[in-house]
Amino acid sequence: MSLLTQRLRLLPFLPAYVAVYFLFLYLPILLLPVFSFNDAVTTTFPLAGFTTKWYASLAGNSAMLQAARNSLVVGICVSLLSTVLGICAARAITRYRFRGQRAASGLIMAPLFLPEIIVAVSLLMIVLALGAELSLVTVILGQTMFCVPYAMSVLVSGFEGFDRSLEEASYDLGETALGTFRRVTLPVVAPAIVSSLLVTFTISLDEFILAFFLSGTEPTLPVYIWGQLRFAAKLPGVLALGTIMLVASILMLTLAEVLRRRAERRTQMALVLP
Amino acid sequence: MTATAFDAIAETPSPARHRAWMRSEEARGLAMISPTFLYALALLFLPVLIVIAYSFWTQDYLDIDRTFTLENYRQALTEPIYRDLFVRSLWISLAVSIVTVVFSYPVAWFISFHGGVHRNLWLFLITVPCWTSYLLRVMSWKVILGYGGVLNTGLISVGLIDKPLTSLLYSSNAVVITLVHSWAAFAVLPIYVSLQKVDRTLIEAARDLGDSRMRAFLRVTLPLSLPGVISAFLIVMIPTVGDYVTPRLVGGKDGVMIATAIQAQFGKGANWPLGAALSVTTMVLVSLTAAAVVLALRFAVRRIR
Repeated sequence: MSLLTQRLRLLPFLPAYVAVYFLFLYLPILLLPVFSFNDAVTTTFPLAGFTTKWYASLAGNSAMLQAARNSLVVGICVSLLSTVLGICAARAITRYRFRGQRAASGLIMAPLFLPEIIVAVSLLMIVLALGAELSLVTVILGQTMFCVPYAMSVLVSGFEGFDRSLEEASYDLGETALGTFRRVTLPVVAPAIVSSLLVTFTISLDEFILAFFLSGTEPTLPVYIWGQLRFAAKLPGVLALGTIMLVASILMLTLAEVLRRRAERRTQMALVLP
Repeated sequence: MTATAFDAIAETPSPARHRAWMRSEEARGLAMISPTFLYALALLFLPVLIVIAYSFWTQDYLDIDRTFTLENYRQALTEPIYRDLFVRSLWISLAVSIVTVVFSYPVAWFISFHGGVHRNLWLFLITVPCWTSYLLRVMSWKVILGYGGVLNTGLISVGLIDKPLTSLLYSSNAVVITLVHSWAAFAVLPIYVSLQKVDRTLIEAARDLGDSRMRAFLRVTLPLSLPGVISAFLIVMIPTVGDYVTPRLVGGKDGVMIATAIQAQFGKGANWPLGAALSVTTMVLVSLTAAAVVLALRFAVRRIR
């Protein structure tokens, strides 16, 4: 610790810089809750007084509630699908060595490196070219592709370091491949899987571009919010909704992080223990 | 191995060899990754191929004429509106990626070298804002930068300015600030990962051999963390060039980017081949620009060394 403070004395501005950086990151996010409790339609300082009426107005808003239901359905389907696909890919990469591994994982990770609008436009074209209708199903399919890279990176960090000999022991003792996965592998990697489910659900809940292009007449919450942004008078209601989504996202991400770390510890334990 | 595999499948009378390959590491790995790979093939690779195909076709009201033509690319590259949009989008994404990397490097360095046992917590705190709703974050910048917004009212109350600055919101600066905020974590993480891989004894060796702190950083730490800097740069620059929400919400007239034009071709304008050509051109231009910057970075670091 003394070494740390000694080093930091040589760079006194750095901690201050990091603090400013964090302020820059968090200030915009903290403003949403502040104005969602403000008793005024405009978002300016000084604040006009405390109110919860914007939250109360959400409860009777049927269009918003329908969008919330859509988001929930999409989020659950996307998190399940992308986590299952992520498990396959993460397991293939951490457990086996095969040719084409880099190319395959490159393609799977590609959505991270592409402008989202191009991904959205290309999906829209293929859906319409096939003559399919835009619906929540198309949103689910598109967002799953977009979420798999995130699921995969969470899962790879949970699967890495998992001791193969545990599985081999299980095979030797007569378990089938499926039985081994269920009874040996799964308990060790379960936290990583839950973590992946939470992360992908959060991404799906907040994802806008793909939902905007692919949702047709059934909006998800971000698409609904986008439609409301044109009306200045509706801003406080949107801020209240945004605050709820923000709190939900942060809770899920925190839980995911706790579980991911537990998964890391568990795989390390499995290595240490005989 | 694939040839053996086909042989094995063809020779059904010898199931033993077939089974041996099926049990091999390669077969199992391929089988395991195939669902995810096929999904990405069908929903990413194939659609992108279709976009490329469309960009060489033409549209006649609702009919698609499938004769090969470069007309869409001629329009995309020569019409002044699109040219301006391309230039602005590239400038903005270049500015955003450079600013993000420069401002994030010290933070990644701080976490890697002075993060102590709480490194993971620091990283988590950096990623949290990036995973909360993108739309809401952009909206909140609109609240900050607006005419009667937080920044203006704050500056007035401090006494730095008399009347609100009008240039904050609805400009390309607003787009750059908002995008830098959105992509910060994507720059910190790769730089952090490559800094973690830097062998600390090399830095000590440089210091022992008489390099100053700054020289040791420039000649050892920076070159060794270059892969992280490059991937941070790419992961910020390429997606931001096609950003749609930020220019629409905070860009105003002067901050319009190419995504708005692409979207228009699939909405009101309804000229898919032109929209496809604009998309492909965007990807090609941003890849070329990114490659040029990566080369320049490598060259600069080699010179410093």
